[in-house]
Amino acid sequence: MDKRLINWFKFASPQAFYPLAGRMMPWFWAAAAVFGIAGLYVGFLVAPTDAQQGEGYRIIFLHVPASWMSMFIYLVMAFWAGLGLAFNFRLSGMMATALAPTGALFAFLSLWTGALWGKPMWGAWWVWDARLTSELILLFLYVGFIALQSAIDDPRRADRAGAILALVGVVNVPIIYFSVKWWNTLHQGSSVSLTKSPSMAMIMLWGMLLCALACWMYAIAVALMRVRTIILERERHTEWVRIELSSKE
Amino acid sequence: MFWNSFSEFLAMGNHGVYVWGSVGVMMIAMIVEPVLLIRGHKSLVARLKRQLRADRRTLSQG
Repeated sequence: MDKRLINWFKFASPQAFYPLAGRMMPWFWAAAAVFGIAGLYVGFLVAPTDAQQGEGYRIIFLHVPASWMSMFIYLVMAFWAGLGLAFNFRLSGMMATALAPTGALFAFLSLWTGALWGKPMWGAWWVWDARLTSELILLFLYVGFIALQSAIDDPRRADRAGAILALVGVVNVPIIYFSVKWWNTLHQGSSVSLTKSPSMAMIMLWGMLLCALACWMYAIAVALMRVRTIILERERHTEWVRIELSSKE
Repeated sequence: MFWNSFSEFLAMGNHGVYVWGSVGVMMIAMIVEPVLLIRGHKSLVARLKRQLRADRRTLSQG
């Protein structure tokens, strides 16, 4: 038990995590590709036409995973940021910084695919509906986090300032998630929920879950890539980075 | 397989623009992001190596 604890803390140091992240990356890329191909195959070639929405509904195979990821990455980012704020772990702040651009990208993709779904289904690219507006605020929170951190030169201070913004912004995530229940929105209710059986055909659900898994694997792979660059940049004056760089000459 | 022909698949029941517009942008984003990251990592490693060599030179001369 003790040994296991020590091992976990060992990987909490940037020096130990850097090579570990490098070794894990190819596996997450491979998993992202496999799940992505399987998900798109099921979603675009196997799943039948939706009775109400026609073929346009296939956008949800991208829209729902992108939206889930935009919310989930924010929670993970706020978790790391909070951990860094509370315990001053060096790696936590780097993880939060590494996740923000990918989260912003998924928030943008959620809005983009949503607009392309909304035009044929609702007749409008955009409406100021509670779900859409709160998702837009999520995108702004990501952008604000990135802008705030890049405006502060000292990385440790940037981590702390960003962490506070990230933690305050967490309140927005349940607002997005429950907006379709709390308010009478144009955006439809969730098709998949934890508490009741999904209101969609099994094959469609499988396609969506496979695409969501692909997005998960992609997000982890990309975050590992970015955190490696951040580690190298911030630890560039340390001995281990010098040894790491010389070993590859 | 669900589709009768490839052109039917591309048309997506008159929703082709919207469906492929979503797929295209998402694909591009998920290719561009890692490519930029790989380039950024490589240029950082190259920069740090140059600095390291420069430091060694000043050390050996001094």
